[in-house]
Amino acid sequence: MVSKPSENEGSAQAAPVAVKILVAGGFGVGKTTLVGAVSEIRPLQTEELLTDRGVGVDDTEGVEQKTTTTVAMDFGRITIRDGLILYLFGTPGQDRFWFMWDELSYGALGAVVLADTRRLADCFPAVDYFENRGLPFLIAVNCFDDGYDYRPGEIREALDLSDTTPVVLCDVRDRASGKDVLTTLVKHLLAVHEAETQAGASAL
Amino acid sequence: MTGPGSEWLDDEAGPIVRSYALTRGRARPATAEGFDMITIVSTAGQPRSGSPGIGPEHVDILEMCLNPLTVAEISARMRLPLVVVRVLLGDLLHHRLITAHRPQQESALSKERLLREVLHGLQAL
Repeated sequence: MVSKPSENEGSAQAAPVAVKILVAGGFGVGKTTLVGAVSEIRPLQTEELLTDRGVGVDDTEGVEQKTTTTVAMDFGRITIRDGLILYLFGTPGQDRFWFMWDELSYGALGAVVLADTRRLADCFPAVDYFENRGLPFLIAVNCFDDGYDYRPGEIREALDLSDTTPVVLCDVRDRASGKDVLTTLVKHLLAVHEAETQAGASAL
Repeated sequence: MTGPGSEWLDDEAGPIVRSYALTRGRARPATAEGFDMITIVSTAGQPRSGSPGIGPEHVDILEMCLNPLTVAEISARMRLPLVVVRVLLGDLLHHRLITAHRPQQESALSKERLLREVLHGLQAL
C-alpha cells in the first residue's frame, strides 16, 4: 500500500471559486452602501492590524476611522451560481492604508471607483492607484440630491480618464442601480480582456 | 485580573493584546500558505483530543468551515483581525485539519468564461 487516503480530493472538487471586485472612493462616498445594496448578505467587516507601529499600545475601541492601528474593510457577497461567488470589497477610505490596497487588488477582477461630484478630488487617489496598477475600473458617480449636476463627459474630462473607461451615474442605495454599475464594469472587463487577447495574438 | 502578566491585559489594552495572545505572539502563519482574503477554507479533519497548539478558536474555525468559507468571512465571523486568523489557519493547515483553495489564476480562455459567467449572474439578479 503506497497510496494514502485522499479524502481531500472530493472537497477540492466541491470547493467554490471565489472572485472579487473592489469598491473604492473617498471617505463617506457610499462604498458600504453600494456593497450592501447588491450583496445577498448584510455587509460583513474584516479588519487588519498595522503591525509596524504601536500594536498593543493604542486602545482602538470606539474611535473608528481615526485609529492608526486597525484598518476595517466592509465586504459583501453575491452567489453567481453554485460554485462561483463574487465578493465585493470596500477599500479603506483613508489613503494611508496603501498596503491594504495592494492586498485587496491582488487577483481582483476590476474595481468600481465611486465619485461624489461635491468632492470629486477625493477619488483621484483611487483612479491613480488603479491606473498605475493596470487594474481595469469604471467611475460610478453617486448622485447625491445636493450634488452638482455634471454629465459623464465632464467627469471624464475632470478626471482625465481614457476614452474607454466607463463613467456611469448611479444611486448607491438602489439595488438595480448598483447592479447596473457592476454589469457595466464586467462588460468593460470583458472588452479590456478581449483587447489584451487580440494585442497578445498580433504580437506573436 | 490578577496573576503574572495581567498588567498587560487591562481594558486599556483593547482587543489587540488578546488577538496576539491567541496566536502566542506570532504574526505570521506557520506554513508557507499566505491565505488570501478570498482563499476558501474547508474543514478536512477533526483534532485528536488534547492536540498540542489547538485551542478553542481553532475548533471554532473547524466547525465554521464544515461549509467552506473564505478567509475574510472567517475573520468577520470570529471578529478577529486577518493577521490573527491567518496564524490560526496556518496551525490548522499544519495539522492537516483544513484544506485551503486559493483563488485560481485563470488562463486567458477561462478568464473570459469566468467574466461571462459573472456577467450573466449579475444580469440575473
